[in-house]
Amino acid sequence: MSELEILDLSVSFATGGGDLQALNKVTFKVPEHRIVGIVGESGCGKSTLIDAILGLLADNGRIDGGEILFEGRDLTKLGAKELREIRGPRISTVFQDPMGALNPVFRVGRQMTNIQYRSGLSKREKARRAAEMLRRVRMPDPEAALSRYPHEFSGGMKQRIAIAMAMMMEPALLIADEPTTALDATLEAATIDLLLELQNQIGCSMLYVSHHMGVIAELCDEVVVMYAGEVVERGTTRQVFLKPRHPYTQRLIECDPARLAGRAEKLPTIPGDIPDLRARPSGCVFAARCSLREEVCGEPPPENVREGHMARCHRAAEN
Amino acid sequence: MLNYAVKRLGLSVVIVSVAMLLLFSMIYLIPGDPAAVALGPRATEAMREALRIKMGLDKPVWIQFWNFFASAWQGDLGREVLSDRPVAQVVLEQLPYTLALIASGIIWSVAIGIPLGCWAAVRRSSFADRLVGVLSVAVIAVPSFVIAIYALLIFAVTLRWLPAIGAGEPGDPGSQIVHLILPSLAVGLGWVGYIARMVRASMLESLEASHIRTARAFGLPDRQITYQYALKIAILPTVTLLGVGIGQMLSSAVFAEIVFARPGVGKLVYDAILTRNYPLVTGAVLVTTVLFVLINLLADLIVGALDPRVRSGF
Repeated sequence: MSELEILDLSVSFATGGGDLQALNKVTFKVPEHRIVGIVGESGCGKSTLIDAILGLLADNGRIDGGEILFEGRDLTKLGAKELREIRGPRISTVFQDPMGALNPVFRVGRQMTNIQYRSGLSKREKARRAAEMLRRVRMPDPEAALSRYPHEFSGGMKQRIAIAMAMMMEPALLIADEPTTALDATLEAATIDLLLELQNQIGCSMLYVSHHMGVIAELCDEVVVMYAGEVVERGTTRQVFLKPRHPYTQRLIECDPARLAGRAEKLPTIPGDIPDLRARPSGCVFAARCSLREEVCGEPPPENVREGHMARCHRAAEN
Repeated sequence: MLNYAVKRLGLSVVIVSVAMLLLFSMIYLIPGDPAAVALGPRATEAMREALRIKMGLDKPVWIQFWNFFASAWQGDLGREVLSDRPVAQVVLEQLPYTLALIASGIIWSVAIGIPLGCWAAVRRSSFADRLVGVLSVAVIAVPSFVIAIYALLIFAVTLRWLPAIGAGEPGDPGSQIVHLILPSLAVGLGWVGYIARMVRASMLESLEASHIRTARAFGLPDRQITYQYALKIAILPTVTLLGVGIGQMLSSAVFAEIVFARPGVGKLVYDAILTRNYPLVTGAVLVTTVLFVLINLLADLIVGALDPRVRSGF
């Protein structure tokens, strides 16, 4: 049974230079109690995907087709009010930028009690729950932390507060949008441990978005590789990292600095840029940057699935 | 907060002192003999000399400044030329009228400007937003004395809804409030535009912030997000703008007081300049300066109270 199932989701934005198709027939599942990682470069549509799930697309954004199935309902069909009922208690989010994720002019305690407005608890009870949650994310002196303002905390501590806020809702699905990108390596490891621990305790599913291959490999059960708004490869973490089938995934893994043995003169990169999404190539989206390109790549590549490991590539059958 | 307030108060004292130095230099640099101006053309040289000694003009300039500075801080602004009454007393008699005028001008501008700005920001790029934009610029562009004259003609002369001149019966708050409506509208209407523009711009910025996205992601109600989470941040530049804008309101008050024949500091300065009553001009300008500095102090304290980052950063 899947907590979240995304089927053929397409999203576009109306821009001055024409419609920009940010997501093109994205399909994947987040099984119950599992962690699914979404990986890809900046601009591959990771953030648009999150906004679409949460129903927070910008005013010029529009869902062109597809379904977002969550707890038996299609989120694309729900009204603003019903979506608001789901955001928070059912799906909570930890965002990328801990510095800006908290409101600077309200005390942490106030922000943590405000989001419990549906609970019907007394003010004291809400504050007690907030302090309890801060203790679980190992915030020193949680009661005192409630009466402090966000700027009085370090980036790592702010991210803990953000995680505490998300986990306090005891959601069915936690979306983590590059929660460790702004943190240094030590904090990153600690934050990931914390997320895993809380996910285990609460028993929620998690959608973990990152461009950091190492973190995805360590944390996730399944991986979805996105490129230019399309899912190019999808499989278990073991499948994708040990036997990547799509040339883009292969390049991504080669480019992870953590994998380099010894000193390299130059870090490897993938030459070229993401294609202009206002004029999507008719064939494979990665063809222009692919070293294995051949004539057939001008045609839309089929989904090649083997043992649940999907790759959208004409040559996927070879590997 | 106390620490911040004390530091900010100290800064205000320094600002007022510098303003005094500038004001004194201005009087000193104006050509002509104040004693001769005060006594008129038919006075004898002996009379002028006596007045100069009385006014301390025979002493070195730095002693003159020190005398002016020290007595001003003690509330002694000298005596005015025509009636020989203490300047401080004359100015303070008129001050409440101007304060009431400016305060009600601010009430107009805040009570209309802030909701209008929020309303426009939430409906960005809609027809309503553009209409608010055009109207705001229009009321900013029209000088306050033009608004004063038209308000007078329409509401007082033609429709006879509101009184045309004066400040109302002393001791009768109802009549005083009725007499305040038109002049304060003249002073405040332009500021409705300024504040609506300012609030709209800072609301748009503040609604884009990532913590607003967080609040939305937790399903907080839109009203709470707009009027609590976003507005409390968006209001900060507006409070600062209002503090600085008091200077412009003080000059609008001069026109409003003349057009509506209201007592007040503006009217006082205007009359004092016409009668060349220099001590009164100086005193009134100094009191206005102190008022301006105090209001800015108040604005900064409000910002400090609203924004914890300002308190700890000072």
